[in-house]
Amino acid sequence: MAFESLSDKLQGVFKKLKGKGVLTEADINEAMREVKLALLEADVNFKVVKDFVSAVKEKSLGSDVLESLTPGQQVIKIVNDELVGLMGGANSKLTYSPRGFTILLMVGLQGTGKTTTCGKLANYLKKNGKKPMLCACDIYRPAAIDQLEVVGKTVDVPVFTMRDCKEPEVIAETAVKEAELKGFDVLIVDTAGRLQIDEALMEELVRVKKAIKPHEILLVVDAMTGQDAVNAAAGFDDKLGIDGVIMTKLDGDARGGAALSVKQVTGKPIKFIGVGEKFDALEPFHPERMASRILGM
Amino acid sequence: FLGRTVDEELLEELEEVLITSDIGMDTTMKIIGQLREDVRKQGLTTEQQVKERIASIVEGLIDKGENHQICQETPLVILMIGVNGGGKTTSIGKLANKFKQDGKSVLLAAADTFRAAAGEQLELWGERVGVNVISHHEGADPSAVIFDAIQSAKAKKTDILICDTAGRIQTKKNLMVELEKMNKIIGREYPEAARETLLVLDATTGKNAVSQAKEFGEITDITGIVLTKLDGTAKGGIVITIADEFNMPVKFIGIGEGMNDLKEFDPAEFAGGLFNE
Ligand SMILES: Nc1nc2c(ncn2[C@@H]2O[C@H](COP(=O)(O)OP(=O)(O)OP(=O)(O)O)[C@@H](O)[C@H]2O)c(=O)[nH]1
Ligand SMILES: Nc1nc2c(ncn2[C@@H]2O[C@H](COP(=O)(O)OP(=O)(O)OP(=O)(O)O)[C@@H](O)[C@H]2O)c(=O)[nH]1
Ligand SMILES: [K+]
Ligand SMILES: [Mg+2]
Ligand SMILES: [Mg+2]
Repeated sequence: MAFESLSDKLQGVFKKLKGKGVLTEADINEAMREVKLALLEADVNFKVVKDFVSAVKEKSLGSDVLESLTPGQQVIKIVNDELVGLMGGANSKLTYSPRGFTILLMVGLQGTGKTTTCGKLANYLKKNGKKPMLCACDIYRPAAIDQLEVVGKTVDVPVFTMRDCKEPEVIAETAVKEAELKGFDVLIVDTAGRLQIDEALMEELVRVKKAIKPHEILLVVDAMTGQDAVNAAAGFDDKLGIDGVIMTKLDGDARGGAALSVKQVTGKPIKFIGVGEKFDALEPFHPERMASRILGM
Repeated sequence: FLGRTVDEELLEELEEVLITSDIGMDTTMKIIGQLREDVRKQGLTTEQQVKERIASIVEGLIDKGENHQICQETPLVILMIGVNGGGKTTSIGKLANKFKQDGKSVLLAAADTFRAAAGEQLELWGERVGVNVISHHEGADPSAVIFDAIQSAKAKKTDILICDTAGRIQTKKNLMVELEKMNKIIGREYPEAARETLLVLDATTGKNAVSQAKEFGEITDITGIVLTKLDGTAKGGIVITIADEFNMPVKFIGIGEGMNDLKEFDPAEFAGGLFNE
């Protein structure tokens, strides 16, 4: 596999750096070329890679690094720390409404895993002592409401539906009232997948947002996404103002460079990762693990 | 107004176009290497000439001639495979619609018995398009669904049977074994039928698509790719790497969620599309 040979190469370059008592600018340039290739092969966005590499280069060429006793190790550490720094940051936890009733709105491109992740979140919240309810606002995809109902049944969480209503904002608003009335403390709203360039459907989400004022708008992103991840993320964030990201399908061999790219263009934290199709396959996000995954180490 | 001259900056820009459309680094280097040579040998001097040249190099990599066409023989069994959420079920609905319009009889097999309401989703597509769907209850053995569908297709002399399968990540051994079993059942129960195995790839996918083509290709004989979601901003360039490395032809592209949003693949149009804003 191309992946392995690349990370082997990277390891090799790092090893070489480690072994050196003295580092020249040329050594660093060579290492940075390999880092750049590794990041591109891991699907990190082109512009993000360019900025990243020049930031690392600048730090590495500082006299405190070059004149230190272990310059190679310092460079490796800079690469790692920068990656973690880019992906981490404050507030990667879900925030709950101080009033006691929290609304989560799930949005994203088609097929990224929104409906499944609704079930996973409901399951997670239940385990944390919350009383969640689900709400079906995908009025387009064939059997989308059925799907959420099956999901709800599987995790034993009620699902609010209005099968004859063609206005998601009305469905969501009604669900909020119903959930509050019945004593639920979290409402998770599933929405149809859509392209960020589909103006009519993006407007629909804006209406839903206005109607229910969610505490968290969570963008669901497929970890296998390539260079387009930034376009989608920026599109959703510009239009809606997202609060966080859930990265799905990390159970395969996708390197997940999309995570770095999405974090970088939106500045919003990654809150959870999806690691399987079952409803317990949701984990909190660890920036350090993601950094090594992206670099293939 | 004179066009730009051909310089390093232009070549770098074109390289960036290739990388940002998800073409892998190796293929990108190969394309740019070829371009440099052609610029020199053919004495290309304008930006326009260079852009036309690079589009035709890309076209050369992705053009698989007659292999882009779907098999015309009947009876035909099409097995749709791919990772989760790529657009298998939707593409089946679109394909069924196309075949029906071509005057063929079509039957669908709901062999995704795993995902919540996958059967219902396919049944709604069947209703929408006007074709029958064979399905079992959730959790049933997918091979049993395919077995039943084959018997039904034979009895009714159906032209084309299309089998939906559950999305699966290509590194999951047990799920790949399950797929292998479905594939074998078709060969054993319906040897007289012609076969197509279509790998459904989401155009937003990055480098992982190469691993998908490799792993799915190891357990089935992939006859073509359906590249979905090209109506978005993703360019789907990774199929160029795949066509280059595995010689797999793209057969159809998906350009929306409606039943008419499927088009036959056109290599020249696709290659040109990479360089249009
Ligand atoms: N392997 C794996 N599959 C996942 C994960 N999350 C979701 N899926 C699968 O991805 C596919 C799509 O999931 P859905 O939840 O239907 O996606 P969606 O975003 O609601 O799709 P639309 O509503 O059509 O936009 C399904 O097959 C899910 O089982 C994950 O973390 N890992
Ligand atoms: N914009 C757009 N959306 C598409 C296209 N093809 C499929 N979709 C959407 O992508 C989502 C997933 O499609 P499905 O057909 O359910 O995908 P699948 O591969 O069967 O998914 P699983 O069975 O869960 O693995 C749905 O919302 C579809 O409407 C396309 O060409 N363009
Ligand atoms: K996807
Ligand atoms: Mg959904
Ligand atoms: Mg499906």
